[in-house]
Amino acid sequence: MIAIRDVAFQGAQMLLVLLLAPLLTGMVRVVKAFLLRRQGPPLLQPYLDLVRLLRKEVVLAHSASWLFRVTPYIVFAGTWVAASLVPTFRSGLLFSWSADLIALIALLGSARFFLALAGLDVGTSFGGIGSSREVMIASLAEPAMLMIVFTIALIAGSTQLSIMAAHMTSGAVGLRVSLGLALLALIMVSIAENARIPIDNPATHLELTMVHEAMVLEYSGRHLALIDLASELKLLFYMSVIACLFIPWGIAPPDGNARAIFVGMFTYLAKLAVGGVLLAVFETSIAKMRVFRVPAFLGAALMLGLLGTLLLFVSGSL
Amino acid sequence: MVTSALFGIVALLALSPIAVFLASSSRATAVIYAPCLIITLMLAAVGGACLFEQPVSSIALPLGLPWLGAHFKIDSLSAFFVIVVNLGGAAASLFALGYGQHEQAPERVLPFYPAYLAGMNLVVLADDAFSFLVAWEFMSLTSWALVVAHHYERENLRAGYVYLLMAGFGTFALLLAFGLLAGSNGNYLFESIRAAQPSSGVAAMVLVLGLVGAGSKAGVVPLHAWLPLAHPAAPSHVSALMSGVMTKVAVYGFVRIAFDLLGPPVWWWSILVLAVGGITAVMGVLYALMQHDLKRLLAYHTVENIGIIFIGLGLALAFKAYGMADAAALALTAGLLHVFNHSVFKSLLFFGAGAVLNATGERDMEHLGGLIHRMPQTAFAFLVGCVAISALPPLNGFVSEWLTFQAILLSPQLSSWGLKFLVPAVGALLALSAALAAACFVKAFGVSFLGRPRTPAAANAIETNSNSLAAMFFLSALCLVAGVLPGIFIDALAPVTNALVGVSIPHQTGLDWLTIVPIAESRSSYNGLLVFVFVATSGSIAAFAIHRLASDKIRRGPAWDCGYPDPSPATQYTASSFAQPIRRVYGTAVFKAREIGEMPPPGATRPARLTVELRDLIWDAAYVPIATAVEYAAGRLNVLQFLTIRRYLALVFSALVLLLLVLAI
Repeated sequence: MIAIRDVAFQGAQMLLVLLLAPLLTGMVRVVKAFLLRRQGPPLLQPYLDLVRLLRKEVVLAHSASWLFRVTPYIVFAGTWVAASLVPTFRSGLLFSWSADLIALIALLGSARFFLALAGLDVGTSFGGIGSSREVMIASLAEPAMLMIVFTIALIAGSTQLSIMAAHMTSGAVGLRVSLGLALLALIMVSIAENARIPIDNPATHLELTMVHEAMVLEYSGRHLALIDLASELKLLFYMSVIACLFIPWGIAPPDGNARAIFVGMFTYLAKLAVGGVLLAVFETSIAKMRVFRVPAFLGAALMLGLLGTLLLFVSGSL
Repeated sequence: MVTSALFGIVALLALSPIAVFLASSSRATAVIYAPCLIITLMLAAVGGACLFEQPVSSIALPLGLPWLGAHFKIDSLSAFFVIVVNLGGAAASLFALGYGQHEQAPERVLPFYPAYLAGMNLVVLADDAFSFLVAWEFMSLTSWALVVAHHYERENLRAGYVYLLMAGFGTFALLLAFGLLAGSNGNYLFESIRAAQPSSGVAAMVLVLGLVGAGSKAGVVPLHAWLPLAHPAAPSHVSALMSGVMTKVAVYGFVRIAFDLLGPPVWWWSILVLAVGGITAVMGVLYALMQHDLKRLLAYHTVENIGIIFIGLGLALAFKAYGMADAAALALTAGLLHVFNHSVFKSLLFFGAGAVLNATGERDMEHLGGLIHRMPQTAFAFLVGCVAISALPPLNGFVSEWLTFQAILLSPQLSSWGLKFLVPAVGALLALSAALAAACFVKAFGVSFLGRPRTPAAANAIETNSNSLAAMFFLSALCLVAGVLPGIFIDALAPVTNALVGVSIPHQTGLDWLTIVPIAESRSSYNGLLVFVFVATSGSIAAFAIHRLASDKIRRGPAWDCGYPDPSPATQYTASSFAQPIRRVYGTAVFKAREIGEMPPPGATRPARLTVELRDLIWDAAYVPIATAVEYAAGRLNVLQFLTIRRYLALVFSALVLLLLVLAI
């Protein structure tokens, strides 16, 4: 009986993240359009885009190999699995122990590895510029993310997301300098990882400033749909991780009743909404930076993460 | 058991003279490599059997020094390294069954190859300092002979020269280390060295000498200079052995000295090892990113991975010094598992580079491209190796790095302040090197195998032979198995950690769903199998659903490229342009990188040129001064060669008087 319930919750989580991800992106776009006093696309536009792309034929370059065709599925599957293993509305997911936070980050790293390869596959200069910049950004963002994980793991005594979340709600944590540093660094890394302004512009079509969009320039049809969905899932993943680690209140415990689960669902949606609005406000209030300013930005995130870890090595209570 | 291992080694040694006579025959390749394959497989099986065997089997042979003899023993540590050496050896022999057919100078490769395998086996089996050093030097010299097998290329001669110097230097350091360990009574037996606890000063000197001696063979920065020259110079299956296996033999030497012979460690040893490991990891990968020679790039990655292994070993030393046996077992397991993993994927990658070299005659990535169409199977195996070495789940490289991270997370309990500051920094360096390695292998695979062919050689490449492919697929399968079922491999290391730090990490294979839980379930767990199954199923379901429900139509057309596709393959990103952003970020500090753009004046028709200048600061700071000093001294002493007989006599006489005076005082 318990097993069936756990399987049901795990399945619900997988469907939930899949269904919510385009909505989150759509919401960020709507809020941005509102802030810019534009008439933006409707809230559900990302869903319509996905459906339209899925039904179109794929135009494949002559020089594309099998890797180019397999990559969208790998990227989508890796990101989806990662997003499904983050506690969102209820902790104690059936398979949450199968990958801790380090493994989840590395899983997203695998997805990026294949996407960067696909950028080089057709043999165009735009794919190359996108890939090379993407790996440069990742080479700083990934260690920064790991240092953030270290900071939180040292406080919680675990790298398992559900145990970290439980520890954060337990009240034993309190306000800590290292947590503040980690939160700031995590926000910076999330912005970079999701190709948002000021690192990259998801809406740009000015070739020389593109990073992520240049890398996937050759994709079309269902392949592009999967890659778009994967980046929407990635945004949801990072927001869920921030919500789960830094504002874990409301998440239903594993033995929670229907009311707890309802509260958990409601608070999760509220957290996402607040996160989406904050992201839109942040993005409209700042200009995109030059590519070679990015290392300074991410280097700062890396140093903040390292500082947080170092503080905890010096004293467990900082 | 050690007897059967020695029989195998003797059989390998016996193959060498046979190879001398057979080398010119057309069947020599099969006649030499097939027995090598069988013998190494048997030796690996012996290693597997000895891993759990109690009591340890040992033997003393009346060889070598008359009052000492030669002692051999196969305890769990030796057995583990016997497995690593011979799995790598077997894969290389299988690969060479096909690859060796194309060897232009088989008479310079075949006789040394079995001897080299035998030498590496002897090092890990030796149970006294004398046999160890003789075997070590034998291994160095046979590998040197293989490095200069293609001596008609000037580059290779230089590589051989630098290698010979550095190998001599390393052995010299080890000689001093064992001399100190043996003490004034000359107890060369490992048994008596273990019994005689060295004083703390002597132990510290031995550790430093051991780190220098074994580290120079393993390729730790700054003693790595020979490695990226020598490893690529050898034929590819030997490169695989040198990078994948011989560096592990060097790690064995260090582990034997630091964990076994020296007795209880002192905390500051670990600072030294950790600092060296962290710097080696990051420097190795940064050097690798700047390369466009495929085999040299792989060689620099060996430097990086040796750094990762030394981080694990350094953490284990730190935990052991503070009596945290469980954590020490975890860190040591992480380091040794990375030894195994690296030997697998690095051999695989060198095989792939060898297959490419064979098919195109090119090692330079700037002349490759598009090989995934021409060599699909090689490309697939190489891709597996790339994912594994980049520490990405669900393959094996990730498991050992994950264990290292878990060990780092245990280290705030260490009470020394030096370690409290160093370990987080080393953790950041490890994370940085992992991310940079992924970047580097996107470049290595993307530029060589993807895109469009840059030269006719790459456009007309043909898939390599079935033996070589079999070797590559065998290692790819091992990468996957060790990645999704790491528990088996971790459990196999339990006797080794038991012997070296007293405990082992909890038994893994019995856990639900084959998860690995190195410390406690509440702390961390990872299940490569489930992650792999999840990704594979959700990817397949997505593919199936989309093809059935939405669209499965495909139209081939020219590349889009924002509307301006250019048919020239020169418009693609090259290896150096791919690395340019990273070079800008890290290169200015580490390599004093300078980009010089030369624009022709308006109206001139010659093309603009962009030159990139990189300086190897370690080479400039450490090696050039020594070379200059030696050259200066040699120039000064050169006059002694052209003296008259009178002056020679005077010189001899004054030297005699001087020596007598020294004796008198």
